[in-house]
Amino acid sequence: MNATALENLQAAFPDATCKVVLDSVVIEVHPENLEETLSRLKNEQDFNCGLLVDVTAIDYLDYPQQQETRFHVVYTIRNWEANLLIQVRTWVVDPEKGIPTATHLWESANWGEREVYDQYGIHFQGHPDLRRILNHWQFEGHPLRKDYPIKKRQVCFDTDSMEDEIRARLLKNGVDEATMKDINTEVMFLNIGPSHPATHGAIRILAALDGETILANVNEVGYLHRGFEKTAEQRTYNQIVPLTDRLNYCSSMMNNIAYVKAVESWLGIEITERAKFMRVVLSEFYRVLDHMVCLAAALVDMGGLTNYWYLYNEKEAAYDFISRLTGARLTSSFTRVGGMYRDFYEGWQDDLETHIRGLEKGMGDALKLVDSNRIVHDRTQGVCVMSAESALSYGMTGPTLRASGVPYDLRKDAPYYNYDSFDFNVPVGSNGDIYDRFMIRFYEMFESIKIIRQALKHIPEGPINVANSQLSLPPKEQVYGNIEGLANHFKLIFEGIKVPRGEWYDSYEAANGELGFHFVSDGSGTPYKLKVRPPCFYTMGAFAEMVEENMIADAVINLSCINIIGGELDR
Amino acid sequence: MALGLEASLGDTAITTKLDAVVNWGRQYSLWPFVYGTACCAIEFMSTAASQYDISRWGAEVVRFSPRQADLLLVCGTISYKQAPVLKRIYEQMPDPKWVVAMGACASSGGIYDNYCTVQGIDTIIPVDIYISGCPPRPEAVLDALIKIQDQIKGESVLKDRHKDFKGILD
Repeated sequence: MNATALENLQAAFPDATCKVVLDSVVIEVHPENLEETLSRLKNEQDFNCGLLVDVTAIDYLDYPQQQETRFHVVYTIRNWEANLLIQVRTWVVDPEKGIPTATHLWESANWGEREVYDQYGIHFQGHPDLRRILNHWQFEGHPLRKDYPIKKRQVCFDTDSMEDEIRARLLKNGVDEATMKDINTEVMFLNIGPSHPATHGAIRILAALDGETILANVNEVGYLHRGFEKTAEQRTYNQIVPLTDRLNYCSSMMNNIAYVKAVESWLGIEITERAKFMRVVLSEFYRVLDHMVCLAAALVDMGGLTNYWYLYNEKEAAYDFISRLTGARLTSSFTRVGGMYRDFYEGWQDDLETHIRGLEKGMGDALKLVDSNRIVHDRTQGVCVMSAESALSYGMTGPTLRASGVPYDLRKDAPYYNYDSFDFNVPVGSNGDIYDRFMIRFYEMFESIKIIRQALKHIPEGPINVANSQLSLPPKEQVYGNIEGLANHFKLIFEGIKVPRGEWYDSYEAANGELGFHFVSDGSGTPYKLKVRPPCFYTMGAFAEMVEENMIADAVINLSCINIIGGELDR
Repeated sequence: MALGLEASLGDTAITTKLDAVVNWGRQYSLWPFVYGTACCAIEFMSTAASQYDISRWGAEVVRFSPRQADLLLVCGTISYKQAPVLKRIYEQMPDPKWVVAMGACASSGGIYDNYCTVQGIDTIIPVDIYISGCPPRPEAVLDALIKIQDQIKGESVLKDRHKDFKGILD
């Protein structure tokens, strides 16, 4: 597929340099041609890249291979139907002057470019709202620049009022000063969060209300920004696995798997069949757990506390299996580059089967309470509707995008780990309302269990790590028994796995959507740059669009059904 | 008709120390405010759920208004962006109040030794009990609760706690 894609792209953009990297085509364009290139890639029928997956920048200050300019900006875009992944790169001559924005093409560019501005200080000409997003407003400098010391801490003394933003948003939605002064309109400003039971973590919602109806909404994120990307630049590849646990902590193992999958794809290693099956089983198991927490919390927000116990108790029981397997309840750190940390323990299949039955029972009981419940239906149907078109434009992926009727699922559209040989369906919503977002998660859990059952039947015996002394730690008998084993172990721990120089992007279908990793390697044992493409960051970017013109109480349940996880949102 | 204690005591009077009776009441009716930000908050959910059941210690009345709570449970990483919020919530809680730093991040910054993470919430507000772990198991949360109860036992209504605390935001 990519060979023809490359030819087509090169023919369409003769001035640009195109090359294939893993599953993507990388196009390097002159900054002047950036706008035209992006707009053609989005609008021309041959390319039709409706999804802007991520925007990031790279600072080449310390990179061993000298670059002409210090900063490069990369737009990762996707035509999901044709499984066409394109990265458009351009160089930035002057970060103060910057490059033209892509916000008029994709809504997701808004938050993506704000993050680049915040972290790297690169301006985007014509961006409607270019200000910090992850770091606080009193922050000075740009932390992901290579000359920013990792331990240079900056204290924030006051929270941002966000008054200007909400007023600008009101104006954009057609509520001007005259309307506000009108005797029949009394606009009330309501702030929810960052610490509020409805925000499930630390997110701030500021809404302008007319009665109970939301006229305008702005959100502030970044309260849980804990410097994942900068910290990762100081760790060896395997040391980053525990950091990934803490991205989406409701499904930590999925992050572990997504991360090592990305490293392995660049190293070009094929993991063993057993490891593949283990990853499939555990991915799907965690997908169920993640959806369960989301639904349990969401139903509590709607007033259904019983559901919480039905769902959460089964999840709690499943922790027994996880802690037996990994040694931890929540933070699994169970994968390693080239395989898994350990094999399953003896008798795992029976344990897993027991828990799956428990989970099915919990799901079934909760679903019975919801399925034909008039109150739930009235509360959720036709509320906070998101059309397929705008969901794509905002870069939504995973269950929230599928609820809007777009059947994009990486397990089907760009299969990995033999997903194409499993028999499962991708549930799709019809209206894109809260009801669909709820139900999608219920049905996906049943599909995941279907996959687990199939995988259990076919899981082969065999090694779980690739036999490669450059990647996998030697067995303990060798470490303690001979000098080669000891030296091998020592080098892998201290220097880390050496990853060839280069840049690549790899993605994985996590519980919340497309979880991607954009790496830059300088050939050493630590990544030069590691950018996470978090699914819920872009979903949160669409929040205002979803809730405006709806009631404030709907905004609360909408926030819970899109499953915003702070660790992944703010990294 | 008198029921319960007064039925068996009749007209009898009991003498005790004010501290003893007040502390007894405070000890078994802690109302936590869960300042949940990250992974630790998920473990707090488990602590509150059926298997561990925090209500066995009388602390299940989780308040999300600081004005109704006397136990601040900080579950998760606190970034500098969040620090003023945490401080204000602490100040909004009426005295007497106790603070638990749950997990490595709240206690010391944990694995996040970088530009955006507060290196322990005790640089912002006074902390009574620290829980180790990343994240701690629910048993550890219950253990911290018992420790707070023990601490309350030895306190006095006449004494102000943490009067001269000064943090980075003061």
